[in-house]
Amino acid sequence: MSETNSVSKSKLHGLWALTNRELKKWYKAPVIFFLTIIQPVIWLGLLGNALNLGSLVSTSSITIPTEMASLFSQPQLAILDVFFSGLQDKILTSTFGTTSYISFMAVGMIAFTAVFTTMFSGMSVVWDRRLGFLNKVLSTPVSRAVIILSKVLSATLRSMFQAAIILIIALPLGFQFGAAFNPLNIFGVFAFLFLICLGLSSLFIAINIRSTRIETPMAVMNLLNLPLTFASSAFFPIDRMPGWLQAVANVNPLSYTMDGMRQLLINPVIDYSQLALQYAYVGIFALILTTIGIVLSWRFLNK
Amino acid sequence: MNEADAINAEGLTKVFNGSLVAVDHIDFSVKNGEIFGFLGPNGAGKTTTINMLITILKPTEGKASIIGYDIVKQSSEVRYSIGVVPQDYTADEDLTGYENIILCADLYGISREISKKRAKDLLELVELTSFKDKKVQTFSGGMRRRLELACGLINRPKMLFLDEPTLGLDVQTRAATWNYIKTLKKEFGMTLFMTTHYLEEADALCDRVAIIDHGKIVVVGTPSELKDSLGGDIITVAIQKEVDITRLVEKIEHVKEVKKENGSYMIKSENGEVTAPLIIEALRKAGHVVTRLSLTKPTLDEVYLQYTGKSLRDAEESGDTIRAKRLARARFRH
Repeated sequence: MSETNSVSKSKLHGLWALTNRELKKWYKAPVIFFLTIIQPVIWLGLLGNALNLGSLVSTSSITIPTEMASLFSQPQLAILDVFFSGLQDKILTSTFGTTSYISFMAVGMIAFTAVFTTMFSGMSVVWDRRLGFLNKVLSTPVSRAVIILSKVLSATLRSMFQAAIILIIALPLGFQFGAAFNPLNIFGVFAFLFLICLGLSSLFIAINIRSTRIETPMAVMNLLNLPLTFASSAFFPIDRMPGWLQAVANVNPLSYTMDGMRQLLINPVIDYSQLALQYAYVGIFALILTTIGIVLSWRFLNK
Repeated sequence: MNEADAINAEGLTKVFNGSLVAVDHIDFSVKNGEIFGFLGPNGAGKTTTINMLITILKPTEGKASIIGYDIVKQSSEVRYSIGVVPQDYTADEDLTGYENIILCADLYGISREISKKRAKDLLELVELTSFKDKKVQTFSGGMRRRLELACGLINRPKMLFLDEPTLGLDVQTRAATWNYIKTLKKEFGMTLFMTTHYLEEADALCDRVAIIDHGKIVVVGTPSELKDSLGGDIITVAIQKEVDITRLVEKIEHVKEVKKENGSYMIKSENGEVTAPLIIEALRKAGHVVTRLSLTKPTLDEVYLQYTGKSLRDAEESGDTIRAKRLARARFRH
């Protein structure tokens, strides 16, 4: 009575079903969906303006004192003005790689969102275990790796959607594409995002895979997420950081992701050898962490 | 090992954390097409046994096969051939009943065309068709249990595992669940393995039961075999005068044993309905006035009492065991 020929015995069956289950919790719940769109707006609006480091070197802060101004003729003053604003652009470009801090920041925001989304997907492993859903899935012929991969994939797709929202919202807030920008670069940005989400979400799932309580992983992740975000180039360029922090930021895969994305989006020129290095670094990070995640799923989901 | 057996377990053992023996070298077999009940108090090892059989726990020792597939070496084949209705409500609350069934179907790799048709049939079977597009969080306990049943049947399993299928259900829903279980056996010829701690449930549904206590199987047999092993029905008689009638009653046909207790007589007899009138007649002939007579058919409760030395409902776990179990659960979650 079993229709064996109708059953797919592929190693990856159930992957989309489980991924879609996670996504449905999000796109079928209007409130949650709305909040995930609103959240980057608020962050970008608040952090982008409250932390506007670009304004520190704005022309208005470098005015020529009146007693000095009387020494110059009108044409000379005009030349000085141009000189100062040029200087401001130079400082901004050499610091942030763009004259617009909000553009620098928006890219950091994309990575920041990826960290949070993947973090919560990691925690959902604990819920599935507690609610018995995990046990049910384990009694079906779904591959153990698929259970983990579905979590990874859903977090990745959500992050990619949020990244697109951030970019769209950043435009009216003053986001400026770099001179080297080409619409095709967007695909490159999503490739970076895909890789970093793969790695991060595998990392967070690995932390959670044996937990039956939500408190422990939450503590661990709260400990991890701030250093992960701030010891990176999310809000401030690495070469302006103190040496010890630079050392941390320089191994942080988030820095490579963001620097790569900035090259593709906002920098005046793209250094392709750097870009290749950044892809390689993030790619290897993703590969190693995903492998660890899958190995742990074999080890700990099957008790 | 008999090839025709649906389940064959030999020396199956599970030890948690190297010291807590949850299941201790159990041997049993379940025949094709029967309903097999696993009976025991909480913490006796029922769920641990089921979890080993449905391949989500690895046995520490021993082996078992389901429909001829080894639960460790051929776990994938086992998973394809079984259905599981767990003790917890495992359906995703954020999804609708229909979406949950389709999700289960996808986990078995069933093509959409077939799963749609099966989902429709199953929703009808468990009478949830009119609720199929409601989110599961709005379902009552009984509805959720029925949904679990539908999910467990989506792959047309040859063998269905039910872990405490009626735990926490009201009397009406419990009766309905019993009906579904009987239907499954009759219409699909399915083999069912269920755990329960309701004795009347095991009595009404199961072809054979095993009583498990402290991780060990104490006795296996059909409910009537087990009840008969107690030595038959119990007839309680009281008479007006303070005279010993033991010798008199012992001579009556079918009577096996007479015990005097608190002024009345407990008489064991194989066929109570036939023996009781004989007793009354004999007593009347001897000039005694019978003031009270009652006939008790043995229940599994008495069987349980006989084999474990305690009543099933009173079998409380000691504080130490509970703590050790919790620790083990915290690590392994069943």
